[in-house]
Amino acid sequence: MSSALGHETVLAQAAAWRRAGKGVALATVVSTWGSSPRPVGSQLAIDEAGAMVGSVSGGCIEGAVVHEAKQVIAEGAPRLLDYGVTNEMAWEVGLACGGKVEVFVERVD
Amino acid sequence: MQSSTLAKILEAQEAKEPAGLLTRIEDGAQCLIVGDRQYGSLAVGGDTVSAVTGALRDDKPGMVETPDGRLFVQVFNPPKRMILVGAVHISQTLAPMAALAGYDVTIVDPRGAFATAERFPGVALNHDWPDEALQQLAPDSRTAIVTLTHDPKLDDPALQAALNSEAFYVGSLGSRKTHAARLARLDEAGFGDAAKARIHGPIGLAIGAKSPAEIAVAILAQVTDVLHRGALRAAA
Repeated sequence: MSSALGHETVLAQAAAWRRAGKGVALATVVSTWGSSPRPVGSQLAIDEAGAMVGSVSGGCIEGAVVHEAKQVIAEGAPRLLDYGVTNEMAWEVGLACGGKVEVFVERVD
Repeated sequence: MQSSTLAKILEAQEAKEPAGLLTRIEDGAQCLIVGDRQYGSLAVGGDTVSAVTGALRDDKPGMVETPDGRLFVQVFNPPKRMILVGAVHISQTLAPMAALAGYDVTIVDPRGAFATAERFPGVALNHDWPDEALQQLAPDSRTAIVTLTHDPKLDDPALQAALNSEAFYVGSLGSRKTHAARLARLDEAGFGDAAKARIHGPIGLAIGAKSPAEIAVAILAQVTDVLHRGALRAAA
């Protein structure tokens, strides 16, 4: 018996979506400052329709990350996203806890 | 990420092999390191490989400065393990709770009537005597060992094996009196104060737990505390 929410589940889902012919992106927390809900290394897999498995925050920024991920799936180039209190979008998608996170989004080719 | 890299990571996880993935943030070029093998479009040198080895050992992903540039190291370690000695009532709730918290759980109990698939659906069961079972399971610094039988015939050999390992957590169920008698037996067996002090007993955080499920919560909370704050405590 092992975890239902670990890396293996996120990556296995990403691989299953690819096998099914779907466009897929992986989002990974690469750095954090101050209090942040999910640690460095946390991952979220996203398919072209916006379905997601895993997490990169406590639900605060997933919506925005999925939006960016769909563009990464369409265009191919990876992106580094930055969320936090200093972000101009803080009121819409910032972290209520006052922390900062950087999220790397890449397409699975 | 190349699909082939993703497949190699999943393969390593299936084989319970640690894997480290280096990513150059600017262009997404990657190098996957599994043992002494490298895969992907980014080739890196020995010093960078050492940085990955360190991140895997410390279970700590993050940005690293390397001779090959500033790279992100992602860590794919096999799950931490929890070995429960005693297929008892508490284990029936602790096993699924620990699995949810990310542990690979094995239950050791040579008493066939206790360690059954009906009582522990989906959990790995080992029916050997605890000393032999622990020798096979080879606990390491990512393993927690919990004894729950409060029968010296079963708990004592398990504890001796646990104290001879690098397990990050060792806990033993039993009252203060039971625990004192247990420590006296370990003393006779030649275990010193430092070794005996590694055993958390009476087990679990003091939260007034009464039912088996509540005791399981107290145990899992203590294992979590030691995992994340043990080093801080030792330094304080």
